[in-house]
Amino acid sequence: MANHEIVIAGFGGQGLLFSGKVLAYAGLLEGRELSWLPSYGPEMRGGTANCNVILSDTPIGSPIVEKPDVLMVMNTPSLDKFEDTVVPGGKIFIDSTMITRKVNRTDVEVYYVPATAMALEKGLTGLANMILTGALLEKTHCIKDESLDAALHKVVPAKKPELFDTNMNAVVLGREYVK
Amino acid sequence: MAVVFEKPHALTDAVLHYCPGCPHGIVHRLVAEAIDELGIEGKTIGIAPVGCSVMAYDYFRCDMVEAAHGRAPAVATGIKRCMPDNVVFTYQGDGDLASIGLCETVSTACRGENITIIFINNAIYGMTGGQMAPTSLLGQVTQTSPYGRDPKTQGYPIKICELLSTLDAPAYLERVTVTDVKNVKNAKRAIKKAFQNQIEGKGFSLVEVLSACPTNWGMTPTDALQWVTDKMVPVYPLGCFRDKE
Amino acid sequence: MSEKVLMKGNEALAEAAIIAGCRHYFGYPITPQTEVAAYMAKRMPKIGGTFLQAESEIAAINMVYGAASTGHRAMTSSSSPGISLKCEGISYLAGADLPALIINVQRGGPGLGGIQPGQSDYFLATRGPGHGDFHVLVFAPSGVQEMADLTLKAFDLAEKYRMPSMILADGTMGQMMEPVVLPEPQESHNDLSWAVTGTNMEREHNIVNSLYLQPQDLEDMNNQRFARYAEIEKKEAMWEEFMMEDAEICVVSYGITARIARNAINEARKQGIKVGMIRPITLWPFPKAPLAAAADKVKHFVCVELNMGQMKEDVELAISCKKPVDLCYRVGGMIPSPTEVLEAIKKAM
Repeated sequence: MANHEIVIAGFGGQGLLFSGKVLAYAGLLEGRELSWLPSYGPEMRGGTANCNVILSDTPIGSPIVEKPDVLMVMNTPSLDKFEDTVVPGGKIFIDSTMITRKVNRTDVEVYYVPATAMALEKGLTGLANMILTGALLEKTHCIKDESLDAALHKVVPAKKPELFDTNMNAVVLGREYVK
Repeated sequence: MAVVFEKPHALTDAVLHYCPGCPHGIVHRLVAEAIDELGIEGKTIGIAPVGCSVMAYDYFRCDMVEAAHGRAPAVATGIKRCMPDNVVFTYQGDGDLASIGLCETVSTACRGENITIIFINNAIYGMTGGQMAPTSLLGQVTQTSPYGRDPKTQGYPIKICELLSTLDAPAYLERVTVTDVKNVKNAKRAIKKAFQNQIEGKGFSLVEVLSACPTNWGMTPTDALQWVTDKMVPVYPLGCFRDKE
Repeated sequence: MSEKVLMKGNEALAEAAIIAGCRHYFGYPITPQTEVAAYMAKRMPKIGGTFLQAESEIAAINMVYGAASTGHRAMTSSSSPGISLKCEGISYLAGADLPALIINVQRGGPGLGGIQPGQSDYFLATRGPGHGDFHVLVFAPSGVQEMADLTLKAFDLAEKYRMPSMILADGTMGQMMEPVVLPEPQESHNDLSWAVTGTNMEREHNIVNSLYLQPQDLEDMNNQRFARYAEIEKKEAMWEEFMMEDAEICVVSYGITARIARNAINEARKQGIKVGMIRPITLWPFPKAPLAAAADKVKHFVCVELNMGQMKEDVELAISCKKPVDLCYRVGGMIPSPTEVLEAIKKAM
């Protein structure tokens, strides 16, 4: 499979690290090389936050993603910060409820998904991240479709199994939107 | 010939380095007698402080650890958490326990660690040659309070038993002295109780012993003991501040 | 237990400590190592161990000192400013010849500094963190697997040589997740007859102590300790070589910066530049031998680190200044990009 260097960014509390973990666990289950690196500190508590995920078939050097080929952003400051870092031909996934501006780059593929509005409408409050993740999975195939189930089971807290279904519904919603 | 008096087994044969007239020897003996009478020498671990009694590790026959200045209660905590069935005690002076180690003292008491602390308060730093201690009395002349301790710039004596008795956790807090036979016997009772409490799992026990420092106070040993009675006891009243059942 | 699991570096390290037999953790909250404490707080009560949040870093290291005195494997973890506070206790551990594990998940300094990754405690760790002549074993993990593996190693060598060990990680190593195979517990046969466990009235009393008022005694103790250190320098240095066979430029880097340098070296090789890397895994003992050997083959050294060139001095010493040594650095929580490292490599050509 293709190697991917992914940046997921937005406000703390939007579930960015969670989305990254789903991808990371899928990578683990597929026996691939991977790394997951969060930003940390006060920014985790309400400011901008992000996580870097690398999925690769060869040993990973730096876990810090300098030039992502996949960028998922959920607020404007994050788009401002990371837009120019995306490699030409890379893909950007945008929560267009939260980010009203358009991407300036013309050499990248951009998917605008009103994830936060969709989540509210479908009773999936707090799962805009997974709707956007669904879009990301559909368009990048960075993990195998069949890995998602098991990965999600790993990441959803054991004490709240009901969250599995709602997360999965959110992913499907995102997939359908960009199909 | 019948033996009518001997050194407690829990003391080694090492010659004490303390100055003539220093009550450390008396208190060492009381601690050792308590250990002997309770039959706990084999499972006791003692912690020596930094101060005059720094070399207490040579004097007690039980296993001993030398701690950094003021840190004995933290070291005791580490030991007790590993060896809950052993008996752990610290032996500390006023600079060690009430100044540099005050945070450890209060926090260890607050956690109610099941240990025994023997606190020697002689209102002065002895080992370094007679500087002001946190427990020095107002007006007391020392090397670093040559005009007498002035509360405006040097604050007031710290009263450890009173301070610790504001906490919920401590099991036993008592202040005693060793100025005469009656008081020595009373101090022995308190020290033994502080060990007994630990054996029974009652928790944090501290005995404050008002002591003298003839050398650094510039007094004869008898005058020094009189000074404890006349000057220290009024500031640091003797008695039990906490005794949890 | 050969199954791969996904863990944060801090958590892998904590679990490895438990696998190593550590049941006594004493710590104080500070970013970016707090996961170690949180992990221990969850795990220790379930396995009959101690987790104690101390009143200060100073108290925590002294609790470790007490626990270590009893022959139990004990540890504390902190980050740079907290390590400064622990230095007193580390010196006492060294002076009393006690084994213990200290984790330093470094951040930028000095002072309160920042909370982003740093390697600026290199001197502090490798020169003996505290007063007096002494060393601690210093391990610099460069991935989550090493966070786990080196923790076991650190406990074992600390006990074998009766001295403190330090894992010198950085914020990135602590925070990142990677697949890791948790190590198997190893049997240890280290002598613990010095420990204070109570005499049980069966032996002379043991004394754990660092006070020697007779100068000759103290000098003897120092000499004994340094004889041990000499043995350690001979036997225990660890390093990894990467693409060094035909290298003309040798990058020297550890921890997170070694990972970044790896990317840069891969890119440089694509561009036909003959560059390799020697990655110290132990920072004390420092792997002097492979560097000295490399000095006869390569033309130039490039150190990459998150400080103003602290390891660079050790490299220059190891190669007796035979070849030029450049420095590629970022500090304050900044991290060099592979592109910056590549530029430094090109400059060295």
